[in-house]
Amino acid sequence: MRTLVITEHNNTQLDLQTLGVVNCAAQIGAVDVLIVGSQCQAVADHSAKISGITNVLVCDDPLYANPLAETLSALLYELADNYDAVLAPSTTFGKNLMPRLAVLLDVQQISDVCAVIDHHTFKRPIYAGNAIETVRSRDDKLIITVRTTAFQATPVGETKEAPIQTIKAVPVTTPTTFVCDDLDASDRPELSSASIIVSGGRGLGCAENFSLVQALADQLGGAVGASRAAVDAGYISNDHQVGQTGKIVAPKLYIAVGLSGAIQHLAGMKDSHIIVAINCDPDAPIFKVADYGLVADLFKAIPELAQALKQ
Amino acid sequence: MKILVAIKRVVDFNVNIHIKPDGSGIETDGVKMSMNPFDEIAVEQAVQFKENGEANEIVVTSIGSLKCSDTLRTALAMGADRGVHVETNSHLEPLCIAKTLHAVAVQEMPDLILLGKQAIDDDANQVPQMLSTLLQWGQGTFVSKLDIIDGMAKVVREIDGGLQTLQISLPCVISTDLRLNKPRFVTLPNLMKAKKKPIETVSLESLGIDPTPRLDILTTSAPAPRQAGQIVNSVDELVDRLRHEAKVI
Repeated sequence: MRTLVITEHNNTQLDLQTLGVVNCAAQIGAVDVLIVGSQCQAVADHSAKISGITNVLVCDDPLYANPLAETLSALLYELADNYDAVLAPSTTFGKNLMPRLAVLLDVQQISDVCAVIDHHTFKRPIYAGNAIETVRSRDDKLIITVRTTAFQATPVGETKEAPIQTIKAVPVTTPTTFVCDDLDASDRPELSSASIIVSGGRGLGCAENFSLVQALADQLGGAVGASRAAVDAGYISNDHQVGQTGKIVAPKLYIAVGLSGAIQHLAGMKDSHIIVAINCDPDAPIFKVADYGLVADLFKAIPELAQALKQ
Repeated sequence: MKILVAIKRVVDFNVNIHIKPDGSGIETDGVKMSMNPFDEIAVEQAVQFKENGEANEIVVTSIGSLKCSDTLRTALAMGADRGVHVETNSHLEPLCIAKTLHAVAVQEMPDLILLGKQAIDDDANQVPQMLSTLLQWGQGTFVSKLDIIDGMAKVVREIDGGLQTLQISLPCVISTDLRLNKPRFVTLPNLMKAKKKPIETVSLESLGIDPTPRLDILTTSAPAPRQAGQIVNSVDELVDRLRHEAKVI
């Protein structure tokens, strides 16, 4: 079986979630890695060092400076002939793109794959992760988005492992035009790849108090997460939302502060290695998944915690 | 502007689901069913466009069993004008749903199609993107802000790093995210009025759709449970445990 992994990157750096996709793909067959972008040679050079891959394909063209799903899917459609499986991370990038490729190929996509059973059989979460479905595909080709937290990142070595091939852009006219990106410019680690995450919920009470969560995250060198309630209340921007409809995370340490733990939130973080919950309500559902629970007023507990961590 | 909204009937988001003991799926008998919450947001957006004069007709469509007409009634009570029920008892996958909606869209020829970004049952997040591809219309997914200006949709999308703005010519397909709006409650008088609004029923076969699944669901099981944790008594104990027991800081 030949597989193609669509990388996610910002033209200078490879998104680490791609390495989980490579691991998933390697369980299906030989792995080629595709980089589509503009002035993205650095990403290609780095990707060539990913352990165990066969080829790196690069399509470096101004057309893909801010690629749309419409333009990318046209390129992928041309490449798909050579592969038995095409995979991408189950991020907003991959989710936006892959169903287009699937329907062009008349394939039923398998979303959010969290385990490979055999070359045609996979596990995937449904109902916000409250059930796991095992599905076997009857299609000739596989189109897959990968729940990257479920796969260890394939290591990236020091030396080039795979040849880099250049491929041509596929220009298409689209009814859609890119206007602008408005991205979070903080220096904190990215939520989906951070090893420590401090997350806040509605218990914080207001946007100003959310700085308690941010300060604790900074002290631990972690990323900042939030519940849907906290985002909806305007405490913090949408890209921090963890849960069924936000980001899926699985850090080494997840600290949930003033966050009740609705099932939609638990869906996004319950695979974390260690979960700590700090909440004044002893009946909050978050305590059912927490390794360590502290029933306390967060406005007292967080400053105390910050102090204790200094020692 | 004519708007088509696609809605799905799903297990209510407040219900704790139960997996059938034989692993054949999720228990839905006697379980409260509702409109997929993301689709409710899509209906609300359409109704707001009608209220401010930007839309003149809202058609809602749903695919599934007889009971889907209840879900369509809810959308009509929110303010949609008429319903199209594609009736089938087959379990349809997203690819097939997209083909069916494509057939409905070709008949209705709307200027805008709105639908939720994902259904909260299968969490697939595929149908809007597939539908846009089949129609060769522009695609705006995970939309948290939508304005129609001079025949163009200006959309703000929620993406992993923040927000992205796109401009898309009509007709186009838009999938709605949580923060686009807060759907209104359906009132009893409106529900009564909605009973007079027409719902056309069509069969899947009449649209030329083959429901044969591409995926065999071998089993449905519970996720690995997390072990119950422990309550610590103080911040100092917590830090001590994190340092010496869990060794994560």
